Amino acid sequence: MDFFRSIGITEIVFQFMLVNSILGLSIYLTLYTGMFSLANAGFMAIGAYTGVILTQNFDLPLGVALIGGMILGGIIAIPIGFPVLRLKDIYLAIATIGFGEVVRILILNFDTLAESITGQEVKLTRGALGITGIPKITETWQLIVFLVVVAYFMIRLHRSRFGRAMAAIRQDEQAAANMGINVVYVKNTVFIMSAVLAAAAGVLKAHLTRTISPGDFGFDQAVSILAFAVLGGTSTWIGPIIGGFVLTALPEILRDFKQYRGIVNGSILLLVIVYLPGGLVNPAGWSRLWKRLRQSPEAGENHART
Amino acid sequence: MLELEKVTRLFGGLTALNNVNLIVPANKIVGLIGPNGAGKTTLINNISGLDHPTSGQIRLNGAEIQNAPPHRITRAGIARTYQNIRLFSDMTVLENLLIGQHGRGQATFLDSLVFTPRFRAEERDLHERAAQLLERFNLTHAANLRAGNLPYGDQRRLEMARALATNPKLVLLDEPTAGMNPIETQQLGEQIIRLQEDGLTALVIEHDMSLIHQVCDEVYVLNFGQILAHGTPDEIKRDPVVIEAYLGKDEDHGAA
Repeated sequence: MDFFRSIGITEIVFQFMLVNSILGLSIYLTLYTGMFSLANAGFMAIGAYTGVILTQNFDLPLGVALIGGMILGGIIAIPIGFPVLRLKDIYLAIATIGFGEVVRILILNFDTLAESITGQEVKLTRGALGITGIPKITETWQLIVFLVVVAYFMIRLHRSRFGRAMAAIRQDEQAAANMGINVVYVKNTVFIMSAVLAAAAGVLKAHLTRTISPGDFGFDQAVSILAFAVLGGTSTWIGPIIGGFVLTALPEILRDFKQYRGIVNGSILLLVIVYLPGGLVNPAGWSRLWKRLRQSPEAGENHART
Repeated sequence: MLELEKVTRLFGGLTALNNVNLIVPANKIVGLIGPNGAGKTTLINNISGLDHPTSGQIRLNGAEIQNAPPHRITRAGIARTYQNIRLFSDMTVLENLLIGQHGRGQATFLDSLVFTPRFRAEERDLHERAAQLLERFNLTHAANLRAGNLPYGDQRRLEMARALATNPKLVLLDEPTAGMNPIETQQLGEQIIRLQEDGLTALVIEHDMSLIHQVCDEVYVLNFGQILAHGTPDEIKRDPVVIEAYLGKDEDHGAA
């Protein structure tokens, strides 16, 4: 423990590492099914605000808030998924970024909007300043238990008929449909699962950070979530967990670099993406890199001779 | 078993299929030939639900299926292969065959989560059926190899095995022997005949006339989206209209 603390990983950093790996897993589900969705930050916002309103305005325990946030995230995903998941690749990405912005702006203006409708003063989302003074009630063990449950869920998913259908859709959607897979159903279900997981991470994270504001859940957050999964690798469920851990811990470990921290952090990410395109958890990528490093002096000689 | 009535498919101004009437009787092997661009693959796509006709009807055992989504059509008993192999190439051979059986399965993800008896019985059943198919197509040795790494001929056979995994009544084979040597073609012909022995029906798109002779009970000829001729393989071979479509008009009769 002292070692981790000495390199900058305190308990709160560890807690964020756990939350971010859950976020990485939420986008992993959609990526694994071949859907390039960036809606997760939006669902995270829905979870965070729902959770905080339930614990602060209604004095409910965190467990209830967690379930409430997950349910609301899932319900909102249903009408979003049906029209949006007809799109593919970059078009789906743009549409889901749009969804994230709509969520952010709705939360930003929620109180004003509600006031104009009800005619009474409403103080729920509290506009651009956000909600402050949230007690830090998420415990490390709760996060670990949640992550373990999600990991078990992932393992069983991959061994199931549904999980095989997900992988088939990623590789060839039309061929998957010709195998008797209901592509629309699988895609929408995965989108809902992903939303539920992102919302859960939102609830848990909101009770770590003490404050939340709409700006926390914008495009930056959507890209960070994508980075957890891409850096860790999306060939197995372990990848996004490692990605979430590394990307959260790295800035803390690099504190000694002071003002150059951003540069070092960025360079490490760049190196991983260039030399390990399949992500950190990808044995084939490591062996390819290893071969390349060992062969490079000889290759250089050959090149010089010709 | 399969009936196409006045099936027309327009792509903008292009008529890919024009009033196609075609019948595939139960337990027969029907060939579909025609020059490149005649609309053969479009026809198969329309039957298998990847594409839908602009007008006309497609009936499977009397039920209209022209507007059904592909997974429904597969579950109703139509399987297909592709002209360009479309395996799930990052998965193993075995996994490809398990996915082929998707429509037969009942177990949900929740069954898998808590290992219900239904899940375990079903997985055992799926693996047994996959093992049978592997043996039938001589792929047992390759069960755990990545499908994309198989030699070409094995990939073609795996595609056919995967189509059979869906438990079809009718199999649509889109150029099953493309790129195969004569011996492989002959062996694949035997597999097609075996389908018929097992009580299945097949519609085969093919360019290889020797294979058509080997396996087909009757043949349709498609050209510019229209059915040009229909008959037994021998009749088709002698039909002057078909010869003209493939080889062009004789110079003496050619209109300038």
